[in-house]
Amino acid sequence: MATTTCTTNTPKIEEKPKVLVLQRINAYFEGVLSPHFDLIKADESSLPIPAFLSTHCRHIRALLVMAPIGTFGSSLLDQLPSLGLIACTSAGVNHIDVDACRKRSVAVTNAGEMFTPDAADHTVGLLVDVLRRVVMADRYVRNGSWMLIGDYPLGSKVSGKRVGIVGLGSIGSHVAKRLTAFGCPISYFSRAPKPNYPSYTYFPNVLDLARESDVLILSCALTDETRNIINRDVMIALGKDGVIINVGRGALIDEPELVRCLKEGVIGGAGLDVFVNEPEVPEELTHMENVVLSDHRAVTTPESFKNVLELAIANLDAFFSGKPVLSPVSC
Amino acid sequence: MDKIGVLVTHKPLPYLEQELTRRGCRLFRLWESPESRRLEFCRENSSEIRAIVGNSNFGADAATIDALPKLEIVASFSVGLDKVDLPKCKERGIRVTNTPDVLTDDVADLAIGLTISVMRRIPSADKYARSGAWKKGEYTLTTRFSGKRVGILGLGRIGLAIAKRAEAFDCPISYYSRSEKPHPNYTYYSTPIDLASNCDILVVACALTEETRHIVNRAVIDALGTKGVLINIGRGPHVDEPELVAALVEGRLGGAGLDVFENEPHVPEELFALDNVVLVPHVASATIETRTAMADLVLGNLEAHFLKKPLLTAVV
Repeated sequence: MATTTCTTNTPKIEEKPKVLVLQRINAYFEGVLSPHFDLIKADESSLPIPAFLSTHCRHIRALLVMAPIGTFGSSLLDQLPSLGLIACTSAGVNHIDVDACRKRSVAVTNAGEMFTPDAADHTVGLLVDVLRRVVMADRYVRNGSWMLIGDYPLGSKVSGKRVGIVGLGSIGSHVAKRLTAFGCPISYFSRAPKPNYPSYTYFPNVLDLARESDVLILSCALTDETRNIINRDVMIALGKDGVIINVGRGALIDEPELVRCLKEGVIGGAGLDVFVNEPEVPEELTHMENVVLSDHRAVTTPESFKNVLELAIANLDAFFSGKPVLSPVSC
Repeated sequence: MDKIGVLVTHKPLPYLEQELTRRGCRLFRLWESPESRRLEFCRENSSEIRAIVGNSNFGADAATIDALPKLEIVASFSVGLDKVDLPKCKERGIRVTNTPDVLTDDVADLAIGLTISVMRRIPSADKYARSGAWKKGEYTLTTRFSGKRVGILGLGRIGLAIAKRAEAFDCPISYYSRSEKPHPNYTYYSTPIDLASNCDILVVACALTEETRHIVNRAVIDALGTKGVLINIGRGPHVDEPELVAALVEGRLGGAGLDVFENEPHVPEELFALDNVVLVPHVASATIETRTAMADLVLGNLEAHFLKKPLLTAVV
């Protein structure tokens, strides 16, 4: 069991900067980070967190947050008076009270664009798998039904479907580029129109976007404004053949209402990588054939993890050298 | 097409059956006979049968053609014509049509969808998410698709449509074809082994002929390797299936997405336990939109022939 003390003296040049970690850190992450930083691991102490913080962390300047689980807000910040940076290795930062950080001049960095290709790929994969029934067809083959019963029921064409993207940020624009190659016309809702994408149609609200779309892709951040942005009215507007793909956060959708709309045939199907209360998946979804579910794996590739760790190191290095961080979260 | 006898070899799309009937055709349903009786069924009705509507499972082989002296046209409900004896049709003056272009998008969509599903393990993710076994904080590492090298066997309509989509994922494109094509952005390899040695994902998108049977053999599978992924949206016989199964079971090939098999609907059961394969039951053109368009082409070709007008999509 390691004991660590925060010294009041100026750290020697060869001492690695200290970075606090409150969550369990896996061996891979630790292996990449520990050559650069002295990782102060709260979960290896026998002290409960508040005591650990007050005993060992008065001079901690940087906190590493990996999984987007839990809440990092005022009460924690009050116990870390020297904190200047929260470095996250996730894209989403809805678990960080960014306002509270800003008020205390604590910078927050995230995964930047490191997860974007994988998230965009997974989005397209979920969409094709829902419309073309790939997951259910694979099951059909494996349980012998092709032999016993015959041809599998027809799916729905992907190419040419009208795609509506909620949040045309990094992930949304990469999804748009991919689906454009499938001949899909692209529309979007965003806080403001994006002049960089003149060939995509802007809608000023999600309801109008849904009305003119066959597919809704959710790739925006979870904030107070976007919580439950997909509600019953939006799903009615999307229509009985409509499909929703969610790789953002579960809470972007009114989840109980989604289950109802799928059951009642208000919408045609869904591809979901995220849920309101992971790892809980609404039980009724687990029996539906017109959905494809995944375990929040849109970005779990070695390439993404390597890149996000390199970015985290770069953010921390910049911070400790007094330089601007690389992937600050804009509030 | 009043009273024209049409042999339908497979259970058709309801729309196609309705339309053939509505236009006056007399339908002879070959698939309803047991396999051993099929030639006899043809002979019994040979005085009436002037057209065949075939598909990728059963088209018009030499024996069937011989049993139907009044046969004038084979309108295949497929783009592949490996199940039609083309030389025999030519010899007998029988026209042959297929359904190109209308299914190109669907097949290309599925090729990319299968690739992502294999590399990101979507079917097993779905199973896991439904199982209740998903635990907080646990994750499964899968393989990135974007940027991987995609190699295409056959750069025809379907191969090009696959290339166009894969390019949007920043995948470098390479191909093997009988001859080099004018695509400066795509790298040409003059043998399938060279192609397989230089790509991460190998897609079979060529026609099935005597030359391309088992084009994906042991040597090509070895060249593709332990991290390589094979996607077959062509025909089962393009791949030496026992070699493929052995390579997957033994871990010598990284994964496979398969829409077609050597002896459909039989699928090697050894594949069922593997989570690095995705198996679908020959569905590359199986959307309501595309099958309807294919049916319209079959109807259009038949009508054109019997009205003595130019055929829409004749191959012979």
